[in-house]
Amino acid sequence: MLGSLPLLSLIIWLPIIGGLFTLTLSDHDSTGVKRTAFVFSLATFFLTIPLYTDFNKLTADMQFVERLSWIEAFNIYYHLGIDGISILLIVLTAFITPLIIIAGWKAIQIRCSQYMAAFLIMEGLMIGVFSALDSILFFVFWEAMLIPMFLIIGVWGGPNRIYATIKFFLYTFLGSVLMLIALIYMRYQSDTDSFAILDFHMLRLNLVEQSLIFFAFLLAFAVKVPMWPVHTWLPDAHVEAPTGGSVILAAIMLKIGGYGFLRFSLPIAPDASMRFDWLIIVMSLTAVVYIGFVAIVQEDMKKLIAYSSIAHMGFVTLGFFLPFGIHTTLSGELSGSAMAIEGGMIQMISHGFISAALFLCIGVMYDRLHSRQIKDYGGVVVSMPVFSSFMVLFAMANSGLPGTSGFVGEFMVILASMKSNFWIALLASTTLILGAAYSLWLVKRVIFGEIRNSEVAEMKDLGIHEFTALGLLAAVVLLFGIWPDPLIEVMHPTIDNLLQHIFISKL
Amino acid sequence: MVEKIYLAIPLLPLFGAIAAGLFGRYIGRSGAHWITILSVLGSFVLSTIVIKHIIFDHASVYNEAIYIWMISDGIRFEIGFLIDELTALMIGIVTFVSLMVHIYTIGYMRDDPGYQRFFSYIALFTFSMLMLVMSNNFLQLFFGWEAVGLASYLLIGFWHQRETAILANLKAFLINRVGDFGFLLGIAVIFAYANSLDYAEVFAKAENLSLQTINIFAGSEWNVITMICILLFIGAMGKSAQFPLHVWLPDSMEGPTPISALIHAATMVTAGIFMVARMSPLYELSETALNFILMIGSITALFMGLLGLIQYDIKRVVAYSTLSQLGYMTVALGASAYGAAIFHLMTHAFFKALLFLAAGSVIIAMHHEQDMRKMGGLKKYMPITHWTSLIGCLALIGFPLFSGFFSKDSIIGAVQYSDLSAANTAYMALLAGVFVTALYSFRMYFMVFHTRDRMDEHTREYLTETSWVVTMPLVLLAIPSIFSGFIFEPIVFGEFFSRSIHVADSHNVLNELGSTFEGIQGFVMHAFSGPVTYLAFAGVGVAYWIYVIKPQFAVDMQHRFNLIYKFMDNKYYIDHLYINVFSVAGRAIGKVLWKLGDNVVIDGFIVNGSARAMGWLSNVLRHLQTGYLYHYAFAMIAGMIALISMFVIAVNI
Repeated sequence: MLGSLPLLSLIIWLPIIGGLFTLTLSDHDSTGVKRTAFVFSLATFFLTIPLYTDFNKLTADMQFVERLSWIEAFNIYYHLGIDGISILLIVLTAFITPLIIIAGWKAIQIRCSQYMAAFLIMEGLMIGVFSALDSILFFVFWEAMLIPMFLIIGVWGGPNRIYATIKFFLYTFLGSVLMLIALIYMRYQSDTDSFAILDFHMLRLNLVEQSLIFFAFLLAFAVKVPMWPVHTWLPDAHVEAPTGGSVILAAIMLKIGGYGFLRFSLPIAPDASMRFDWLIIVMSLTAVVYIGFVAIVQEDMKKLIAYSSIAHMGFVTLGFFLPFGIHTTLSGELSGSAMAIEGGMIQMISHGFISAALFLCIGVMYDRLHSRQIKDYGGVVVSMPVFSSFMVLFAMANSGLPGTSGFVGEFMVILASMKSNFWIALLASTTLILGAAYSLWLVKRVIFGEIRNSEVAEMKDLGIHEFTALGLLAAVVLLFGIWPDPLIEVMHPTIDNLLQHIFISKL
Repeated sequence: MVEKIYLAIPLLPLFGAIAAGLFGRYIGRSGAHWITILSVLGSFVLSTIVIKHIIFDHASVYNEAIYIWMISDGIRFEIGFLIDELTALMIGIVTFVSLMVHIYTIGYMRDDPGYQRFFSYIALFTFSMLMLVMSNNFLQLFFGWEAVGLASYLLIGFWHQRETAILANLKAFLINRVGDFGFLLGIAVIFAYANSLDYAEVFAKAENLSLQTINIFAGSEWNVITMICILLFIGAMGKSAQFPLHVWLPDSMEGPTPISALIHAATMVTAGIFMVARMSPLYELSETALNFILMIGSITALFMGLLGLIQYDIKRVVAYSTLSQLGYMTVALGASAYGAAIFHLMTHAFFKALLFLAAGSVIIAMHHEQDMRKMGGLKKYMPITHWTSLIGCLALIGFPLFSGFFSKDSIIGAVQYSDLSAANTAYMALLAGVFVTALYSFRMYFMVFHTRDRMDEHTREYLTETSWVVTMPLVLLAIPSIFSGFIFEPIVFGEFFSRSIHVADSHNVLNELGSTFEGIQGFVMHAFSGPVTYLAFAGVGVAYWIYVIKPQFAVDMQHRFNLIYKFMDNKYYIDHLYINVFSVAGRAIGKVLWKLGDNVVIDGFIVNGSARAMGWLSNVLRHLQTGYLYHYAFAMIAGMIALISMFVIAVNI
């Protein structure tokens, strides 16, 4: 039915047009603005449903492909398409955005139309990043999505927002420049003189070229993920960002780094990836252990969750770069390699839900008490029992409790890592203890205990909008914890294809 | 048909938990207890049908998947049930004790504002525990394993205003996570070498695994099976509170008493024992692991029992007793006497649930006073509680013909026959433990029910027997506490578990013990020819002498051996070690990494350093461009040119 429609373009441009339209609305009618924004985001989400239902789960080929000439002089195309890696991230983006709008219903009162517009435009641009098959188109979306993010932090942010924005800018800028150079270089190496990402996969680059490209991409993607030691922008950005900004940042934007490793680094530079996989693994394990300890001692709730995000994203990069180790350990057998990458992917999706939920929870408390300091809380369960149930659930999910989606990815990566090396598995498994320590100690100090602050006693429990947003997230966190197969099923052919590709040396 | 029954057994309590938890406000207090009690009653009735089906009708073992959780790397991860004698017995115990505790809770939690929430949690726990024991694979085992931990966490911290309660539940969860850390690694090793998490497939490959080694350090090769068994057992040490991961269990007494009975005595803490018995085809292949288990079990059995001697809080006496009895079960596992371990698990579930619920009954009557020094003489006020407690104590110390007598004597007898190197030490520890058990049990019994009344006038005035919802479960638990021992012969010596548990011929201590068995009468007579029964009697006698005849003696001893008393009163300083070393060190590491690593080295040196460098560069280039952002734009172009040149040069070399 929808086969003839350019579905991907619709999903990208509908929210952007919606955002521009929202800008024209008057801020005096803030409910109208929110309703408009919500309708656009919801329509976008509904458009992603046929994307999933009509998706062919048996092929690794790009689907829903659109290709138009864009800048002919440079052989640049408006080229879109999705596979098993990108589809879930697109659906995730379209699912999270309406929740942000619902959750901000009461909290956002100033410059409402601009706030909503920023989120809608950003949604379209991020979906563009996930579906672009031309590397210049990818780069344009990649850079453009930062602008609304800077604005969100810079305009609606906290007191220290300028420092945070500059730091964010410095980090991401450094990575982007190197990536652009790598893209331009590859274009000149390609026989077709094209910027097509799939053509890049076929380039026969020597080890020096691969290594330079690998590190150029590594810097770009490692900053986004963020990986230790280029992570320090994230806690600052989160602390200054408004709730919705934090949610988008944690739930979607970090995933673009992970996505980049699968779309660019591994298939373009497989030999360099194999050569330097130890480096990524060391950085990932450092993220799990080092950042795990740092998260424990945070005094600001947002910083704590920000650090916990870094630790959880460590599993993503760990999973992505395990296959080489498994391959050499098992000498020829591939078993475990797909699980490692699929585990990393699941971890990304699940972290999208859980981190979104936790930042929304902190937002709920911040809206009432205007503090993010742990010491200002305690005994929240007395005044907000419904909210507290959600918070405990999401904290448990954050500590990887089986039955929640937070368990699935970590479990898969830990199982796969044992096939590579006992010590990798051991260090990765410390998340069981560290994750529980920072998540539940937070719960103990904030949710439980006696009320020490009279303002806490007057906090009102969840409103209908907040309840809806958290309830939907709780539903998916539980659903995919109990039955993750629908998520994993769509990836199989793509991941298998990727593995076959990266184990064939280009040298 | 049977499949639907199997499915209904765990799902009924889950339904009850959801109804009471999410809709508690609408269905009200009685709605919550009716729904959960009826659903657990339903599970119990269905469990008895399963017991008849599997145990009495010898139906074939059921081992089927319910649904596919996921497929990755071509390997199916499933949720499924394995129903054999071991499972049937476990679901019978779990649903029975859970039903008793549900009924009892109506009385115990009567005035609590969190009434519906409590019923929801204990029903959720029942669901999780049933999923754990019914599992046919390691994935679901881990699910149940952590889910019972969650229920325990929620219930220990049930009174979430109390600082001690929320500290205790955090401690319980974290220490269990230390165990689970080992447990998950064990599962990962299994997966890495067997490529499956299905019990049957893994057991089929067990022989093969025992021939392989895993390289841990350069040059040190570990047997894969030993590795798996020890890692899994670390999980059991957490859940079943074995030394040195036992510290959470005494503190878990901060939770309401019904859950101390259900979770922290009868069911959840025995999950580790159940798991090792279930994994017998693996454990039988590693004597190193069995010796390790024997050592851990005997340390726990004796030294935790000793701590029971100096407690004054009635619940803590029972808690330390639970630790010690779990040690007995662990020793039985180490000696390959799995049948005896499971049998003791069963009798212990009855009499320990009884003792906890009786202690709870005393606590209700005493208006939530738990200090035994303020009790005394309760026999005349609370006859039902008194008699059922006496039955519980007699079963616990292994008084002849009571249930605990058969289970404990089988364990001690079996250990005697074991050839493992740690078996002798374990035997001595268990013997000493018998005396200690009798001493602390009857110390508690005499201090609470005999001796003079020490409560204040106000309390005594209102002191009466508790209501029938409380005493009925006591009576219903007292019956199996006395009589369940008589079925011990087929379970411990017979072929009862032959389809569930595998014992290597060289370890078959129960068979050896069984060959000397000449009927129950003979077993009882035999008990009088060895030291065990006399040690128990001696314990009771000493308790009577110290706490009834010469109460001053205990006080004198305490003063004379003050150093030892202090050492024991501080629980051998293990908690201090954990708090002052691990907890403080963990936070210190976090602080150092954060303040020094992130803030000084990365931010201060690298980030701000580059910013300064950028500033310096822009200063140099000031005559070309002005304005903040232009600096970066310029740097971008200059950098790009420089880097492209480097690229081209590097590639062309």
